[in-house]
Amino acid sequence: MPAKNDKLTPEQKKYQEFAKARETKRPIVKNCFRAFWVGGLICTLGQAISVFFVKYFNFTEENAGNPTSAVLILLSVILTGLGVYDHIAQYAGAGTAVPITGFANTVASAAIEHKSEGYVLGVGGNMFKIAGPVIAFGVVSAFAVAIIKLTLKAMGVI
Amino acid sequence: MEKFIWAFIVGGIICVIGQILMDGFRLTPAHTMCTLVVTGAVLSGLGLYQPLVKLAGAGATVPISSFGNSLLKGAMLEAQRSGIIGVLTGIFEVTSAGVSAAIIFGFLASVVFRPKG
Repeated sequence: MPAKNDKLTPEQKKYQEFAKARETKRPIVKNCFRAFWVGGLICTLGQAISVFFVKYFNFTEENAGNPTSAVLILLSVILTGLGVYDHIAQYAGAGTAVPITGFANTVASAAIEHKSEGYVLGVGGNMFKIAGPVIAFGVVSAFAVAIIKLTLKAMGVI
Repeated sequence: MEKFIWAFIVGGIICVIGQILMDGFRLTPAHTMCTLVVTGAVLSGLGLYQPLVKLAGAGATVPISSFGNSLLKGAMLEAQRSGIIGVLTGIFEVTSAGVSAAIIFGFLASVVFRPKG
């Protein structure tokens, strides 16, 4: 981030360069490959679960998404509690963070981690530490888009 | 069968985009997830997300970007039914299952499991 470096003293700049040279390079291609196949696999599993619900529980393809997310979330929470999900996440990076299972993982892991601070302030207060911003930004952006769309519709543009 | 392959490919690609945001742009996982959710809402507003769902099924609905899509879908559906207030009442309509499940199972997990390490 070059813009941020403008105000640094020469000493600080030197340190930044020093730190940068010693920072481990992230193997982006390898990480992307891992994210691709693990993330793809989780989505394929989701597809299998939704086909299962459509076939045996009379869901339509439209509303099978609800039980599917619930099952994926349950699986993810159990794996998080057993400490398995973090190991997979270490390998797969965004492959486990981006699917809905990653969302559930952040909620469950924050809830478990802060258990020692009590159920109200610890579990209740911290469970949305990472998931909260996602919901906040999702809702605000969806609200903005919805208002824009409704305005355009009311003006007869679309 | 074809849908499984598309789910794998599209889901995988969305995760790769997330990985690039994390590694290439140095975003934290929380920033990455927020970016994807906002992108999902915007794509949904442009009418581009639903075709992706049609093509890839869970490949488009399982990644977090579909959260933005579902939020907007709920808001627009309810707005059609009950006017502008529907934006507020409907915004969680489609995503409620996911959010509630995460809260309930997450809470239960904190009761059952102990923190590690």
